[in-house]
Amino acid sequence: MGYAYTPGLIIAENTIVRKVRGLPLKGQVLVGIGQRVRAEEVVAEAKLPGDVRPVNVASELGIVPEELPGVLLKNEGDPVAKDEPFARTRGLFGLFKSECRAPIEGTIESVSAVTGQVIIRARPKLLRKLAYVAGTIVDVREGVSATVEAPATLVQGIFGLAGEAVGALELAVESPDAVLDADRISPEHAGKVIVGGSLVTADAIKAAVAHGVRGIVSGGLNDADVRATLGYELGVAITGEESLGVTVIITEGFGKIGMARATFELLRKHSGRLASVNGTTQIRAGVIRPEIIIPLDDVPQTQVRGDQGGGVLEVGTRLRAIREPYFGRLGRCVAVPAELETLATEARVRVLEVEFDDGERAILPRANVELIKA
Amino acid sequence: MPDGDNIHTILATDCGSTTTKAILIEKKDGEYRLITRGEAPTTVEAPAEDVTRGVINAVGEVEDLTGREFIKNDAICCPRAGDVGCDAYVGTSSAGGGLQMMVAGAAKKMTAESAERAALGAGAIVMDALAADDRRLPHERIERIRSKRPDMILLSGGTDGGTKTHPVAMAQIVAAAEARPRFGAGFKLPVIYAGNAEVQDEIKRILGEKAALYVTENIRPQLETENLGPARGKIHDLFLEHVMAQAPGYGKLMRWTTVPLMPTPAAVGLIMQLIAEQEGIQVVGVDIGGATTDVFSVLRSERDEPAGATVFNRTVSANLGMSYSIFNVVAEAGFENVMRWVPLELDERDIRNRIRNKMIRPTTIPQTLEELMIEQALCREALRLAFVQHKAMAVGLKGVQQQRTIADIFTQAATGRTLVDMLGLDMIVGSGGVLSHAPRRSQAALMMVDGFQPEGFTELAVDSIFMMPQLGVLSTVNKRAALDVFHKDCLIRLGWCIAPRGTGKEGRACMRVEVRTDSGVESHELVVGELKRVPLEPETSATVTATPAKGFDVGAGPRQTVSREVAGGVIGLVLDARGRPFAPPQEPAPRLHKLAEWNAALDAYPAV
Repeated sequence: MGYAYTPGLIIAENTIVRKVRGLPLKGQVLVGIGQRVRAEEVVAEAKLPGDVRPVNVASELGIVPEELPGVLLKNEGDPVAKDEPFARTRGLFGLFKSECRAPIEGTIESVSAVTGQVIIRARPKLLRKLAYVAGTIVDVREGVSATVEAPATLVQGIFGLAGEAVGALELAVESPDAVLDADRISPEHAGKVIVGGSLVTADAIKAAVAHGVRGIVSGGLNDADVRATLGYELGVAITGEESLGVTVIITEGFGKIGMARATFELLRKHSGRLASVNGTTQIRAGVIRPEIIIPLDDVPQTQVRGDQGGGVLEVGTRLRAIREPYFGRLGRCVAVPAELETLATEARVRVLEVEFDDGERAILPRANVELIKA
Repeated sequence: MPDGDNIHTILATDCGSTTTKAILIEKKDGEYRLITRGEAPTTVEAPAEDVTRGVINAVGEVEDLTGREFIKNDAICCPRAGDVGCDAYVGTSSAGGGLQMMVAGAAKKMTAESAERAALGAGAIVMDALAADDRRLPHERIERIRSKRPDMILLSGGTDGGTKTHPVAMAQIVAAAEARPRFGAGFKLPVIYAGNAEVQDEIKRILGEKAALYVTENIRPQLETENLGPARGKIHDLFLEHVMAQAPGYGKLMRWTTVPLMPTPAAVGLIMQLIAEQEGIQVVGVDIGGATTDVFSVLRSERDEPAGATVFNRTVSANLGMSYSIFNVVAEAGFENVMRWVPLELDERDIRNRIRNKMIRPTTIPQTLEELMIEQALCREALRLAFVQHKAMAVGLKGVQQQRTIADIFTQAATGRTLVDMLGLDMIVGSGGVLSHAPRRSQAALMMVDGFQPEGFTELAVDSIFMMPQLGVLSTVNKRAALDVFHKDCLIRLGWCIAPRGTGKEGRACMRVEVRTDSGVESHELVVGELKRVPLEPETSATVTATPAKGFDVGAGPRQTVSREVAGGVIGLVLDARGRPFAPPQEPAPRLHKLAEWNAALDAYPAV
C-alpha cells in the first residue's frame, strides 16, 4: 500500500457550490438572504478611492513647507474643481502673486507642513460585484460580502487564463481526443462556453475572441500557444487578470492530451445549461484552481456526491502517468513493491508497476502518477 | 523540554513549498547523529489544506523506517511519553508562499537598500523597493503598492537628525495607497517605521489610523551604521503572527514545536553563519527550492581587510525554483540559455510543454536521463541568475566617507561595490532537492561550478539530504547537536575547484597544476576549454600548486603561483580551465561536443 499525490482536482457531478462575493473595501450589499440571483446580477458594490495626485505646492510656489498652511485657499476635506486655484501667495505688495491650480477634480485629502505637499484625491470609482453563479443568497455580511449557493456540477481545471465569464455550455468537438482548431468555431458559438477535446490551438482562441465566445474548456494547450495568445512569456503561474476576451481552462496539462472521458461526458451531459467559468490560477501559496460551475437548480438534491483526488495507491487503482516518458497514459496499478528501485537516472525511489490500457507494462516512480476515478 | 545534554531524541521538520521533510537525530556515545529521514508531499493545498498532515506523513515514514513511535493522537508526541515521542521537536517552513514585503526609503542606494537588506535577512521576499530618488512619480508608487498587495511594508528614511521630508513623503504615499493585505477587507496593512526618529510623531499622525503601524529603531541611525536587528525582529514577529498563522494548519503546528517555527531561509542563514564563524572562512550558500532560490553569503565587510569583520547577506530570488517557479527560470534566463547546458538535441515545443507540466505538477521527478539533464540545466540558470541578484545586494555601505590619503583618492573605488570577490571566496555550499538528491555527486559539483563560476581555490560542498533548515533551527535549542550532525552527517565535502580568472583562445595554455600527496606528485597542464577531475579521497589531503599562464589569475595576481593545502572529497579536485567567465559554445555541434567532453571529465552521467 502506498500514497500517491494528486493535485486535488475536484470533479463533482452533484455538489453544493458556495461562492463568497466579497468587496475589497467596505461598501454596500444589495441583496438579502433567501434572494434568488442570476449569475450576471450585481450583488454588492463599493466606491473605490479615486486616484491621488500629490502636488508639491511649496516647490511650485517657491515657499518653505512650514508656510504652506498660510497660503491655502482650501482646507482638508474641501472639494476642488480641475484648474481651480487652491493655494496662493500674497506676493509683493499685492503684486507678483503665485498660485497653484488643481490638476484634477477631487477633494483636498491631506496637507503637510513638513513636506510642503498637498494630496488631492479624485472622485471615487464604483466597483460592482456580480453573483457569478446563479443561485440563492445564503449569507450576507453587511457592507462586506454576500454568499451565493447553488447545487451544481463542479469541474476544476489544472490551469487557466483570464477571469470570470458566464455562458451556455456547448460541445464544439465530438470526442475527448479531438483537436479544437479555428475551423470548429463559428458565430453560433457567440456568448457560449465551448468544450474542446485534447488541444485548443492559438488560432482557435483567436477565432473564439472574434466570435464573442465567453469561455473555452480543453484537455490541453501548447505552451507556444500560451505565448502567442498572451504576447509575452508567462513566467509564474498566477493568472486571472489577462484581458484576452475569452476565458481558457485546460483540464489535463500542457501538450495534446485527451480530456478525461469522465469529464468530457459530464460536460456533454450538461450541454445547453448555463456555465460559470473562471480561469484564475494560482498554483501555490493559497492554491486557486480554474473552474467550471454548472448550476443544477432543477435536479433534486438527494445527496451530495463528489470526487476530490488523492487516496491510496494499491493494486487495481486506476491512474494516469503525469510525467514523461508516459505522460497522459491511463492504466491500472498491478504492483506496489516495498523496495526502492533504481531508475535510468540512477536515482533510487519508490515505484509502482502499471499496466496501461493497451496492455503495456512499465515501472514508474510513485510520484509520477495521479489517481483517477475508474 | 529537557535541557542541554539531557536532550537525546530530536525530531525536526521542514515544510517546503513542495515537500515536507522530517529528520530524526539521536545522541549516541556522547555525540549527536542523524538516524533517518522521511518525506511526504506538503499539504498546504487541497484536499488536505492542513500543513500538519504532510508533517504527520513525513514523520510516519520515519516511524516506518525505525520501527518506533513518534505520533500520538494524530500529533507529534513531545516531550516523550515512555517510548513514544521525542525530547525536542523543531520546525521550519517556507510553505504558504513566505512573507512578501515592500520597502521604502529616502535614497535608493542608501536607506532603501538597507531596508531591503533588513527585509531579506528577516526571511522576506521583497516585491519592490520604493525610494524618493527612484524616478517614479508619486502616483506610480501608489499604484505599485496597490497592485502588489504586500503582506507588510517597511518604511525607512533619514538618519536620526537627518532628512525629515523624505520619510514623511513616503508615509503619505503609503497612506494614500490605502493598501489592503492579502487576507481581506477587515485587516489593516502592517507598516513598520524604522527611519528618522525625529519624525515618528508625524508618521503616527499620517499612518496611525490607516495602517497597523509599528515603530522601531532606525535601520540607518548614521550613514556609517546599519542597525537592522530591531526591524528584522519586528518583521519576523509580524510574519509569524500575520502570515504563517493564516496558512492552513500552522496554528496547530506552532503549538507542537518546542521553539517557535522559523522561516526556512532564516534557519539556513543561521547554519551558514555558524560554519563561517567556526572555520573562519568566506562562504556562499544556496538553497534552491521549488519556488524560490535563496543565496546566503558570509563575507568580509571590507574587501581589502583580510582579518576584518564579516557581514551576513541573504537574497531571495522569489521566482526562481525547480517546481512552482520552474517556468519562470525559462522566462528570465531565456530558453536558449537553459538549453545550452543540455547535451542533446531536443524539440523546443515539446520541452516547453514538459517544463510547464512540471510547473503544474510540481512533485513529479525525472524518470529518464533526458528529463534529468533538462532539470539540471534549469538549475544552472536558476543558480546563475540568483547569484547575479545576490552580488548586486551584497555591497559595502553606500554614502560612507572612507578615510583615505590623497594618493588613495585617485584610485578610490566607490563604496557600493559588491563584497563578493570570487577569488577570495573559500567555500560554496549547495542545498535543495536538485543538488542534494542529484543521483551522482559529480552532477551537483558541475551544476554549482557552471552556475556560480567560482574562481581561484574554492571548496565545494552539498547538504547531503537537505537538512540545513532543520539544523539551523535546532542550533537555537542545542548548538552542539546541530553542529555534530552538520559535520558528520549533513555536509558532504565534494572537493575543490581550481579555476583561474581570465579568458583565452581555445587550446591555449591556461594553467599548470601540481598535486603533491603522500603517494607522490602529479602534474597537470591544462589548456583553455579543458575541464579535468583529479581524484582525491575524503580523509586525505594534498598540497596543490597552481601556476596560471599569461592572462590568467588564480588568486595572487596575474601569472602568480598559488599553493594551498586542500582536503579531499567525494569528487576530489576539479581543474577548470574553461575561463572566467565562460559559456558553452553557441553553435550546436561544438556545443554538444564540449558538453559531452566536460560531462565525461567528471563522469557526470551514465553512458547512453
